[in-house]
Amino acid sequence: MTSAVTFQRVSRHYGSVRAVDEVDLDIAEGEFFAMLGPSGSGKTTSLRLIAGFEQPTKGHIEIFGQTAEGIPPYRRNVNTVFQDYALFPHLNVIDNVAYGLMVRGVPRAERTKAAEEALALVQLPGYGARRPGQLSGGQRQRVALARALINQPKVLLLDEPLGALDLKLREQMQEELKTLQKSLGITFVFVTHDQGEALSMADRIAVFNHGRIVQTGTPEEIYTKPVSRFVADFVGSSNVLPPELVERLTGNSRWASLRPEMLKMSLKASNGAMPARVVSTNYLGSTTRIALDMEGLRLHATVAAGTAVPAMDETVYLSFDRDRLHLMDDER
Amino acid sequence: MSAASAVVAQTASPIILEGRSGMFGRLSDLFWRNPRLLLFLMLTPPLLWLGIVYVGSLFALLLQSFFSIDEFSGLIRYEFTLKTYGELLQPANLDIIVRTVSMAASVTLASAIIAFPIAYFAARYARGAWKALFYLGVMLPLWSSYLVKVYAWKLILAKEGILNWLFAKLHLTWLLEAWLSLPIVGGNSLSISYTGTFIVFVYVWMPFMILPLQAALERVPVNLVEASTDLGATPRQTFRKVIFPLALPGLIAGSIFTFSLTLGDYIIPQIIGTSRLFIGQAVYAHQGTAGNIPLAAAFTVVPMVVMGLYLWMAKRMGAFDAL
Repeated sequence: MTSAVTFQRVSRHYGSVRAVDEVDLDIAEGEFFAMLGPSGSGKTTSLRLIAGFEQPTKGHIEIFGQTAEGIPPYRRNVNTVFQDYALFPHLNVIDNVAYGLMVRGVPRAERTKAAEEALALVQLPGYGARRPGQLSGGQRQRVALARALINQPKVLLLDEPLGALDLKLREQMQEELKTLQKSLGITFVFVTHDQGEALSMADRIAVFNHGRIVQTGTPEEIYTKPVSRFVADFVGSSNVLPPELVERLTGNSRWASLRPEMLKMSLKASNGAMPARVVSTNYLGSTTRIALDMEGLRLHATVAAGTAVPAMDETVYLSFDRDRLHLMDDER
Repeated sequence: MSAASAVVAQTASPIILEGRSGMFGRLSDLFWRNPRLLLFLMLTPPLLWLGIVYVGSLFALLLQSFFSIDEFSGLIRYEFTLKTYGELLQPANLDIIVRTVSMAASVTLASAIIAFPIAYFAARYARGAWKALFYLGVMLPLWSSYLVKVYAWKLILAKEGILNWLFAKLHLTWLLEAWLSLPIVGGNSLSISYTGTFIVFVYVWMPFMILPLQAALERVPVNLVEASTDLGATPRQTFRKVIFPLALPGLIAGSIFTFSLTLGDYIIPQIIGTSRLFIGQAVYAHQGTAGNIPLAAAFTVVPMVVMGLYLWMAKRMGAFDAL
């Protein structure tokens, strides 16, 4: 498979701050690739390096096999959906969407037709005459998407595009984006700090922390086999068990992660079960999330809806399948 | 739980607090309930001032322009007539209007061209100390007396002045001579030519162009520029299609200042330039020594009409669409 975007030991420093630090990356053509990480982890800078808004301090970037350093954004067949959409306030929706064609000198009639089609693609037909200011957040999001797609880019970059939408709309857009990406076959590079979003949408995920990629893999790999405490904690808020406890359980003195849903609770003591105190319960609809205190260690467990939820301060006994415990190589 | 509620109970306070005592306490409550009353009280004095003193005198001026002067007695005839406006169309007076309006237009255009890069730099790139330096540089000339600046320029532009000296040192005297030998813009020396008047006008009104332009450019989000570049626009196209249209309201605001200030000024053309009159000087002469108040009033109406037309045209051309 062809590589859409490749980073070879790419760094971007601002003075002494290493926003991106020796990152290696390989995004395949047609892939839905998510860059996940907390704010300041280097994911957005990486995206801006692909778009061309930033130039690497060190390292080499290739887009479809061609060197990207020193190439200005307007010469890259890569388009961006910006975090706050960045629609031109002085242009109506049609002119916003057709902007990419306009600057390439496509005649008005032709580009208007193309813009209408792009608006239909994002399910916003007939909105052409409005100004961006007259649209809702979700509609602006769709206009930004249509505008970025009109040049038929080889790579579409999305910078936290769903961050400003409310939950319901966000879930709807997640599905639509996924469907759109599959039908267009364009490589999508998606930046998010929302692990749920990354897990549900991406083919592959790169987890960023402190300017580096700590793990790359499919959502399932990232979720079930985190390589470090950071990944385990950040993706799906896993229980992280310290080496002393893991040694007691498995004889292996390493950090380990355990997904909350793998933790079984019982009100009766049984062989091998560990007592813990219920600290708080959070009702989440389909599940209830329970925070537990086990000898000073904070653990989380989830209980499916309809099952009995233990009361506050109650002592429960914890057990789990030993092979669900994932030992991590990385100390960080 | 019980411990926590005990703490709350100890520091418990009534749900509705006692009102503040005294007149101010009652006034606060009253204004809170009737925000319009506060607005009314705050706006009435300035509106009265603006309405009576300013609009009233403007109206009196307009009224004067419809009277005329009796050629024999030199007294004002208080009868409505358009005779005075007719006088404006006499070649000598029309000359003054055309001269002033062209000067104002060229000063505005030059200010816009010079101010744009400065304002752009200040809005986009200047941070911290550079920004402070920018504001200082732009505002500093405004702190000194206007007359001092104009007289300083007279010395700079004079035949024995520093500018001539500089041209001589650079062996460019021929260039200056060639410019001064041109019709209309030329003259005996810079200080007694339209070029001199133009330079001083541009210098004196420049801050009024830079500041609104800088404010407008500062409000253009960086990501719009990025979006334009991302979609394939070259820097030139980004400037024409995004930055310029969004900065246009600021440019118009600045041009209103430079245009109207030049239209009305009578000191600069009196000190620097030819002896030919500008509107301001004509108004000064007619209301003073000549005692022809109606003609002075009619002359004053000209800049107002010109500004009105200018704004109307700017609006029709969509200059305020980005607001």
